[in-house]
Amino acid sequence: MSNEPRGRVKEFFMAMTKEQIAQRIARELRDGYYVNLGIGIPTLVANYIPAGMNVALQSENGLLGMGPFPYAGEEDADLINAGKQTITTVPGSAFFDSAMSFGMIRAGKVDLTVLGAMEVSQDGDIANWKIPGKLVKGMGGAMDLVASARNIIVAMMHTNPKGESKLLPACMLPLTGRRCIKRVVSDLAVLDIHDGKFHLLERAPGVSVDYIREKTAGELVVLGDVPEIEF
Amino acid sequence: MNKVVAGADQAIADVSDGAILMLGGFGLCGIPENCIAALVRKKVKDLTCISNNAGVDDFGIGLMLQQRQVKKMISSYVGENAEFERQLLSGELEVELIPQGTLATRCLAAGYGMPAIYTPAGVGTEVAAGKETRVFNGKEYLMEMAFAADFAIVKAWKGDTHGNLIFRATSRNFNPLMAMAGKITIAEVEELVPAGQLEPDHVHTPGIYVHRIFQGSNYEKRIEQRTARTR
Repeated sequence: MSNEPRGRVKEFFMAMTKEQIAQRIARELRDGYYVNLGIGIPTLVANYIPAGMNVALQSENGLLGMGPFPYAGEEDADLINAGKQTITTVPGSAFFDSAMSFGMIRAGKVDLTVLGAMEVSQDGDIANWKIPGKLVKGMGGAMDLVASARNIIVAMMHTNPKGESKLLPACMLPLTGRRCIKRVVSDLAVLDIHDGKFHLLERAPGVSVDYIREKTAGELVVLGDVPEIEF
Repeated sequence: MNKVVAGADQAIADVSDGAILMLGGFGLCGIPENCIAALVRKKVKDLTCISNNAGVDDFGIGLMLQQRQVKKMISSYVGENAEFERQLLSGELEVELIPQGTLATRCLAAGYGMPAIYTPAGVGTEVAAGKETRVFNGKEYLMEMAFAADFAIVKAWKGDTHGNLIFRATSRNFNPLMAMAGKITIAEVEELVPAGQLEPDHVHTPGIYVHRIFQGSNYEKRIEQRTARTR
């Protein structure tokens, strides 16, 4: 990898798009999974569920079996997702109250949770709800989700708009959860977190290991050849 | 056994200044519109409102905020409300942010006669400050107290004269939990029927939890995020 991407424009082209991040995360889905998708990039994962695979989407306000947006004119004010958007249900769906919704999350019944983050640390800490000095809107269900889910994937950009790493030795922002994140899919790479380190598993197309290392402030372990993600 | 009152103004007539209220709903979905309007008319003030969200500027709890009736909000997410932000920044309004699952389960605990719950949500974060923790099977949990509210004000789809309630779709959310948790529970319903007309198997909230019920009118059921697809 001698021709490393350096410039901002080049970086933009080399890194994965938000859609590609979602597409890569969708490869973690298995038939029969119950999945909770957060707001932002995680929501896009629903667009890449392989045909023929049965995956039930959980909306933490009280629905299993979330379907696509309704057709214009068929919106139902009583039927919304956790982002307060009008939605539909799919056959076999179920409604329940918010305590049962977080009950099934806490009890580990949800197979996969995908959410966004502002910062992730090499110890698996996550910060995604509060920036000191800015108006705080609240954590919603994020603290419950990260504290309970057995299998969480963080979908995020590797760096902030200033180009600074969001994968850190320790989070600087107030935490959402402690030692709970085990996998990150960023625009540059797929990484696992264990033993207090980031472990590089896959590279975005055209992105070098050195570039990922440069953009990862936390400790990064690279073993052998790191495969490139194919689309 | 007959819980029927004439309307919203009668239902909330004894809500006094400084009362602690629970208000059902998630976003603008399943909110007790008629009772909120009556509380605004009554000009009751210094209220503590336990509700997942704080409405928008001109609807839901936002209407009570406009009249400066709320002293404190206990919520999980309070975005989408400029007047709320203004009062928060000026110090007129106090806000306690708690995780959504914790909010739901503290209602549940109150309705189930349990003084407290243990949850992993918020462990290692600022939410844990000053709270008792306990380790079960090697994992740390926070002790969170059951809520104590003077009034729980909820919205159901159908109800009967005995106070039995049925909710619809995701407008169920916090409503049945809060219905169980109030010292006095007030339910407004879209359709009130004589006792005996609801199928007992379909009842979500048994009437024992409900003290006052009335058929609401002129439901706006505003949609916060109207999302649709085209054919």
